[in-house]
This record gives sequence, structure tokens and C-alpha cells, in this order.
Amino acid sequence: MMRSLSYLLIGIFFGITMFKSEAASWFRIYEMFKFDAFHMYGIIGTAVVLGVIIVQIIKRFGVKSFYGEPIEFEPKEKSVPRYIIGGFIFGLGWALAGACPGPMFTLVGAGYMPILIVIAGAVAGTWLYGVVRDKLPH
Amino acid sequence: MNLIMEPWPWYVSGAAIALVMLLLLLVGKNFGMSSNLRTFCTLCGAGKSSEFFQFDWKSQKWNLIVVLGAIIGGYIGANHLSTDVAVDINPKTVAELQTLGFNSAGKEYLPDELFDSGIWTNPKTILLLALGGFMVGFGARYAGGCTSGHAISGLSNLQWPSLLAVIGFFAGGMVMIYFLYPLIFG
Repeated sequence: MMRSLSYLLIGIFFGITMFKSEAASWFRIYEMFKFDAFHMYGIIGTAVVLGVIIVQIIKRFGVKSFYGEPIEFEPKEKSVPRYIIGGFIFGLGWALAGACPGPMFTLVGAGYMPILIVIAGAVAGTWLYGVVRDKLPH
Repeated sequence: MNLIMEPWPWYVSGAAIALVMLLLLLVGKNFGMSSNLRTFCTLCGAGKSSEFFQFDWKSQKWNLIVVLGAIIGGYIGANHLSTDVAVDINPKTVAELQTLGFNSAGKEYLPDELFDSGIWTNPKTILLLALGGFMVGFGARYAGGCTSGHAISGLSNLQWPSLLAVIGFFAGGMVMIYFLYPLIFG
């Protein structure tokens, strides 16, 4: 119960951050891909620089979770085509819908109901991947 | 209080995202939002069509709770923490978007042309939103993650595959905006 509450509070903070950072704005995504503003690069860059420091500290000092468990990082599977091709298709969709999988949910809460079409499409795309994945280069 | 009601600057936003990642690690979880789309498929019975969806969805319940939080956070952000939601993008970008027919550029949070309640009777818009979402879902699972799993979690852990995925994200995004937008909206 306490754990569920912690996930909920983290999610709420994440949702507020996505909305207030304007990372959930279609306009910001368009502007980013046009290289017309530093905003999105600043957000991602700050998050990654701090993220690298956080991960290094956790690894060096063997930081444990709040529940005393070791914190594990799963290395990504080695491959080239799946990341390039999959990433490319993701990028096409990100630029068209203007929302990636986190902000999509934030926008439901913000009251932009047509985003539900985007979410339905994303679920359908995930389903198709699951069905055809054995035939794709990985 | 005024500072919170304004759009957050990039350095506050970026730090807040890193904090989300840190908090999830500290409760023993990894930040990644697109996994939830797979869980939705499993909940809808997709296990019948592919082994990929045959897993215990309860192991992902925590992430569904994060989704619920993200929805509530969006509501709070839009309704209680904002006075004006118009996104102040580059005036050059506004002018360009107007030539593509996006007259709401610079005045709204999302373009009316794609996200206004009037779009439900416009088959072209519905198709574009569905197609955009479809590619996000397919591509994220094929690449094994999205912006949170690769660009934030993966790069933070110095994973080469995540850098490849992020290069793919940008290549795809640029092809869409530089080459396909003029054909779709021009």
C-alpha cells in the first residue's frame, strides 16, 4: 500500500513536470526538430547530465533502494538495426503526434481528449510489433 | 508561487525529470513509460495472438500506477498550476506553422487543428493522430524503449544502444517534419 502510494506520487510529480516543462506540447516537439529553440535540448541535456551523475553515484557507493534491495541496471541488448529502425519509426510518430508515451497520459489529464486516438494507435502499434516481431531484424 | 504558475525553465524541468528517475530507482523500479503500452495489450487479451504479451501483468502494476499519477499530474498542471497555457515558441516557428495551416501556433498548448474537440468529425485528423500513435507504439517496442527508457534512463547509464535509438528518434522526427509535413499539411 505504501509502495503503491509512492508510485502514485512519483507519477503525479512526473505528470506535472511533463505539463509545466511544455515537453507535452506538440509545438515544443515541432520546434525541437526544427532546431528553433534550446528549450527541449536543455531539458533532455540537464536530465541526462544529472542522470549520469546519479547512476554513477548509485553504482560506486552501492546505494540501496528505500526497501534495502540492491539497485540494478539492466544493460540494453546489443544490436544495431532494432535501435536504428525502431527509433526511426518512433521518431516519425513522435513528430507527427507531438507526444511520446509519457506525455500522452499527461495530456489525457490536461483534458485534450483527441490524445486518446493517439494512445489507441500506440496500443495498436505495440500489438502489431508483438505479432510480427519474429519476422523483423533485431 | 508565480514562478510555479509560469512555464518551468529548462533547467528546472530537466532536474525534475532526473529526480523522477532517481525516485523510481530508490523505490526499486526503472523509468520507462512505453512498457505500459505492452501491458495494455496483455490486459486486452493480446496473449492469444503472440507470446510477447504472455507475461504476468501484475509485475507491471507499479508502472500502471505511475501512468495514473501522470494523468492526475496533467490535470493538476493544466488546471491548478497554470494561468496561461499558451506555449511561447520561436516567432519564426510560429510563422512557419501558419504557412502549414496551424493558426493556433503561439496561442495554445496543443494545436487546435489536431487536438480541438471539433476534430472528432474530421476523418483526416483522426487518421493522422492514429497513425502518429501507431508509429510511436510500434517504434518504441521495436527499439525497446522510448524517450524515458532510452533518452533518459539509457543515456544516464551510458548505454550505446540507447544513443543509437536516440539518433533514430531524431532521424525519424526530422524526416517527418522536413519532408513529410509539407506533403501532409502543405
